[in-house]
Order: sequence, then structure tokens, then C-alpha cells
Amino acid sequence: MRTSAPLVAAALALLVFAGCRQGMYDQARYEPYEDSDFFADGRASRLLVEGTVPRGWLRADPVLYTGIGADGGFAAELPVALTRELVERGRQRFEIFCSPCHGRTGDGLGMIVQRGFKQPASFHEARLRAMPYGYFFDVVTNGFGQMSSYASMVPVADRWAIAAYVRVLQTSRYIAVDELPAEDRRRLEAAR
Amino acid sequence: MAQIFHRSTNTVAKVTLFGAVFFVAVAGWVAATLDRSAYSTRQGVVREQPVPFSHDHHVVALGIDCRYCHTAVETEAFAGIPPTTTCINCHKLIWNESDMLAPVRASLAEDTPIRWTRVHDLPDFVYFDHSIHVAKGVGCATCHGRVDQMPLVYQAASLQMEWCLECHRHPERYVGPREQVFNMAWKAPDQATLGPALVAEYHVDPRTDCSTCHR
Ligand code: HEC
Ligand code: HEC
Ligand code: HEC
Ligand code: HEC
Ligand code: HEC
Ligand code: HEC
Repeated sequence: MRTSAPLVAAALALLVFAGCRQGMYDQARYEPYEDSDFFADGRASRLLVEGTVPRGWLRADPVLYTGIGADGGFAAELPVALTRELVERGRQRFEIFCSPCHGRTGDGLGMIVQRGFKQPASFHEARLRAMPYGYFFDVVTNGFGQMSSYASMVPVADRWAIAAYVRVLQTSRYIAVDELPAEDRRRLEAAR
Repeated sequence: MAQIFHRSTNTVAKVTLFGAVFFVAVAGWVAATLDRSAYSTRQGVVREQPVPFSHDHHVVALGIDCRYCHTAVETEAFAGIPPTTTCINCHKLIWNESDMLAPVRASLAEDTPIRWTRVHDLPDFVYFDHSIHVAKGVGCATCHGRVDQMPLVYQAASLQMEWCLECHRHPERYVGPREQVFNMAWKAPDQATLGPALVAEYHVDPRTDCSTCHR
């Protein structure tokens, strides 16, 4: 029985101290975006020093990172391989970042436009159908009129995937019925 | 020799013995209950925000995907909180004179971030990573509840260690298809068969040793 006294005391101490939320809960290090009383602007997540290039951010390939070709015009070819995965990825990203305004089909009638945002041109009009891949990359990177730049939200690889998917959307409306694969044609006939 | 203690002391002693056990048990129960209570975990407590940003409005009524704002959730530990410019993408033309959005415009004009109040905040000695959970098919709603129905965000789970471990020990009860991670309304038609199948397909094997979360 003698050993139990310290044990009980320890157990009680544990119970008492379990309520303490000190030092270890909020340690002397910053979490992302935490506010800071050390830096004058109050941000723990520091902005890049001007003129520096973080690792992995060297933009040595101009076509890949600007969408502008060697001739100074928009790149006509994708600088990445056109695969089914690329297009699927493009579709997913388009539906996250673009469809709120441009609509899922690219007709420019997304939900935000229905709530009063400026209506963009439909991707299916002749002017935009004639635009090369590089143009779509450029608009996402630098913005266009009332549309902001999406460069900080959509990484480079995804911007090309989106450009590829926009072309898919555009093409989709101009396929002759007899060019369709048999399976899709059957579905079309059934829906009629 | 006369008895020092009255007979009734026997009863008192017995009661005290029982009482001590009872007291310790009750104290333990009170401590455990307090620890699990909303007062301690802040589960279900709505937090005031500088701008009354409504997930209900933006996610359900407008159909905006979580990733439009929480861009890092698939690739990084930290899910990401949208910068002011993300709000401005739309609010430069929409409700651009509303008082409710005045702090957003001020933040843009003065180039100072909006100070959102943190809702979920694990202690600094716990490591958590969103990307692995998303990659293995754990839906946002599993941990955060129906954020899409919250006019102001609150914490849906306790975020206690026992809560993490319940799932790390039995992932088959919670894992869903990867395509449905961002679908807040998704419910498995039959988790008992789907869960184990997905656990095998995705090679889900959450560890429970201490260094997984305390590193
Ligand atoms: C917040 C709404 C919104 C979102 C989201 C949005 N856009 Fe736009 N976009 C617009 C508007 C509005 C215009 C027309 C701008 C103008 O004329 O001032 C436009 C214009 C464009 C144009 C140029 C069309 C032309 O007439 O030459 C392209 C290309 C484009 N957007 C592609 C995209 C892509 C790709 C995405 C997704 C990464 C996207 N947009 C996301 C609103 C949006
Ligand atoms: C239009 C932008 C936007 C969209 C879309 C969005 N969120 Fe948020 N979310 C925010 C902002 C801003 C905050 C910080 C303010 C707050 O807590 O309400 C936030 C906070 C949160 C928090 C609490 C963070 C904390 O402080 O702990 C969670 C959880 C969350 N969002 C989950 C989601 C989920 C899940 C979805 C998709 C169903 C989603 N969000 C969609 C902008 C957005
Ligand atoms: C993709 C476009 C879009 C983005 C991004 C966006 N909003 Fe909105 N927001 C809207 C629209 C559209 C409305 C008006 C809805 C309506 O008319 O029903 C709105 C309404 C609001 C309202 C008032 C209406 C209400 O009841 O909630 C607030 C406050 C608001 N937004 C805050 C924000 C904040 C803060 C952010 C940035 C984290 C943000 N929004 C990002 C489109 C957006
Ligand atoms: C396995 C459980 C779990 C899942 C699944 C999950 N979260 Fe979280 N989330 C957390 C925890 C725990 C925190 C608190 C992290 C901290 O304090 O370090 C958190 C924090 C957040 C935050 C605040 C910023 C941060 O990272 O601390 C946002 C925003 C968020 N989650 C959004 C989401 C979205 C969107 C999804 C769906 C893609 C999601 N979460 C899926 C558990 C989860
Ligand atoms: C609903 C289920 C669920 C919940 C709740 C959950 N996890 Fe996980 N966790 C998983 C799954 C599934 C994995 C992926 C395991 C794998 O690698 O196959 C994982 C992996 C992890 C990893 C990565 C392990 C590694 O090997 O790097 C960490 C860290 C982690 N979880 C921490 C946490 C913490 C901390 C909490 C509580 C705040 C938590 N988890 C809650 C399901 C969950
Ligand atoms: C799946 C993730 C996970 C694993 C594995 C894990 N923990 Fe934890 N642990 C947590 C979280 C989350 C908390 C914070 C709980 C809270 O805030 O109430 C925590 C808190 C703690 C605390 C502090 C309790 C308090 O109230 O202050 C201790 C001690 C602890 N863990 C020990 C361990 C030990 C020992 C192991 C191994 C047997 C372990 N943990 C494994 C997630 C984990």
C-alpha cells in the first residue's frame, strides 16, 4: 500500500496538468500565414526578395513559360505532349478555375456571369477558334480586360492542359456525325 | 481496555475506502469529459470572421470548387487560404460597393492581408498533411463536415488524437473514391464492401506509431 501514495499523487497531478495548454501547443515557430510581431508588415510568410529566383522556378524555356514562340507570335503548337491524360487534367482544371465564368462548355454563361459579372466571348466564335494554343496560355497567365491573371492559382503545366482542353471544347461542336466513333453515334441516335 | 473508536467508525472506514475509489473515478470522468467537451476542443463553435464569408453561398449557390480557393490542398500539407486577389477576381465587378466587402477592398488597396480567424488549429507538436489524405480518398466532408452548408465555418470534429487514430486504425470505414473527395454530398451506397476494396486498390495503410504525427 505504501507505493500507492506517490502513484495517486502523480495521477492527480496528471489530471490537474492535463488542462494546461502552454508552451508546446504554441511553439516558438511560425505556421504558414501566421501573423508575426517580428516583421514590420506582420507577415510570417515572407514575400520573395525582388530579383531572386527560387529553386525550380528558373524560366529558361520561353515558349513553355510565356506561350510566345520564337517568331514573337503566340505558340501554335503545344510545348508538351498531347495525351489523353493531359486533356483529362485540362478538363478537371477548366471546370475548377474557368467554368464559374466561362461555363462548362465555354459559351461564356457561367454562374458568376449569371450573377452579374461581365460576359466573356464564347470560345466557339470564329475569332477564338482561330486562336493558337499560346493565346489561351497567355490570357490565363496575364489576364485579359476584366479577367484577372490566374498565374498564381494555375501552375504552368495545368495552363497548357487547359489550353488543350479549350481546343477540345471548340472542336467538339464541329464534328460531323459520321466521324463519331460507333459507340458515341449510337448514344446520339438513342437521344434523338 | 475501552474501545478508542466507536463501532460506527467501521462503516465510516468502509465508506471512505469506497469513497476514495469513487472520488478518483469521478474525478477521472470529469477530466475526460471536460477534455472532450466543446469548451476544450472548440468543436462546433462558430468563429467570427472579419468578413462574413459564406461557404454555403459560394460553394452551393455558385458551385465554386474547393480548389479554386484552397489551391494547395492536393499537393501540400497546408490547404491554403485564398489571398485577397482571389476574392477580387469576382468581387471587382460583383457586390463591389457592398459594405460587407469593405475589408476586402481595404486589404487590396493597402496591400495588407485579411486577418482571418483560424478555425482548425492543431497543437504545434502535431504534424498533419492534407495531400496524403486527399490522394488516398479521404473526403473533405469526412473531417470538416458539411462546410458547404456553413454560413460561417466551425470545427466539425474534435481533432483529438483519438479521433485521428480511429480512422488510422480503421481506414476502410472512411475511405471513398478519389473522384468524390471534393463532393461534399457524397455518401457511399455500401461502405462495408466499398471501403475494403478501395483500401486494397489505393494501398491505404495509415500508420499509428507516434512518430507519424509527432515528428
Ligand atoms: C471571374 C470570371 C472568369 C474566370 C474564372 C475566368 N475568366 Fe476568362 N474571361 C472572363 C471575362 C469577363 C473575359 C472578357 C474580359 C473582357 O473582355 O474585358 C474573359 C476572357 C477570356 C479569354 C479571352 C477571350 C477573348 O475574347 O479573346 C480567354 C481565352 C479566357 N478568358 C480564358 C479563361 C480560362 C482558360 C480561364 C480558367 C483558367 C478563365 N478564362 C477564367 C472571365 C473569367
Ligand atoms: C471562394 C473561395 C472559397 C471556396 C470555394 C472554398 N473556401 Fe474554404 N475558406 C475560404 C476562406 C476565405 C476561408 C477563411 C475564412 C473562414 O474560415 O471562413 C476558408 C476557410 C475554410 C476552412 C476553415 C479553415 C480554418 O480556419 O481552419 C475549411 C475547413 C474550409 N474552408 C474548407 C472548404 C471546403 C471543404 C471547400 C469546398 C467545399 C471550400 N472550403 C471552398 C474560401 C473558400
Ligand atoms: C468565383 C467568384 C467569386 C469568388 C472567387 C468570391 N466570391 Fe464572394 N460572391 C460571389 C458572388 C457571385 C456573390 C453574390 C451572390 C449572389 O448574388 O447571390 C458573392 C457574395 C459574397 C458576399 C456577400 C453575400 C453573402 O451573403 O455571402 C461576401 C461577403 C463575399 N462574397 C465574400 C467573398 C470573399 C471574402 C471572397 C474571397 C475569399 C469571395 N467572396 C470570393 C462570387 C465570388
Ligand atoms: C483527415 C482529415 C482531413 C481531411 C480529409 C481534410 N482536412 Fe482540412 N484540415 C484538417 C486538419 C486536422 C486541419 C488543421 C491543420 C492544422 O492545424 O495544422 C485542417 C485545416 C484545413 C484548412 C485550414 C488551413 C490549414 O491547412 O491549416 C483548410 C482551408 C482545410 N483544412 C481545407 C480542406 C479541404 C478543402 C479539404 C478537402 C480536399 C480538406 N481540408 C480535407 C483535417 C482534414
Ligand atoms: C478519416 C480518416 C483519417 C483521419 C480522421 C485522419 N487520417 Fe491521417 N491518414 C489517413 C489515411 C487514409 C492516410 C494515408 C495512409 C497511407 O499512406 O496509405 C493518412 C496518413 C497520414 C499521415 C501521413 C503518414 C506518412 O506516412 O507520412 C499523417 C502525418 C497523418 N495521416 C496525420 C493525421 C492526423 C494528425 C490526424 C488527426 C488530426 C489524421 N491523420 C486524421 C486517414 C485519416
Ligand atoms: C494519427 C496521428 C497521431 C498519432 C499516430 C499519435 N498521436 Fe499523439 N496526438 C495527436 C493529436 C492530433 C494530438 C493533439 C490532441 C489535442 O489537441 O487535444 C496528440 C496529442 C498527444 C499528446 C498530448 C496530449 C495533451 O492533451 O496535451 C501526447 C502526450 C501524445 N499525443 C502522445 C502520443 C504517443 C505516445 C503516441 C504513440 C503511441 C501518439 N501520440 C501517436 C495525433 C497523433
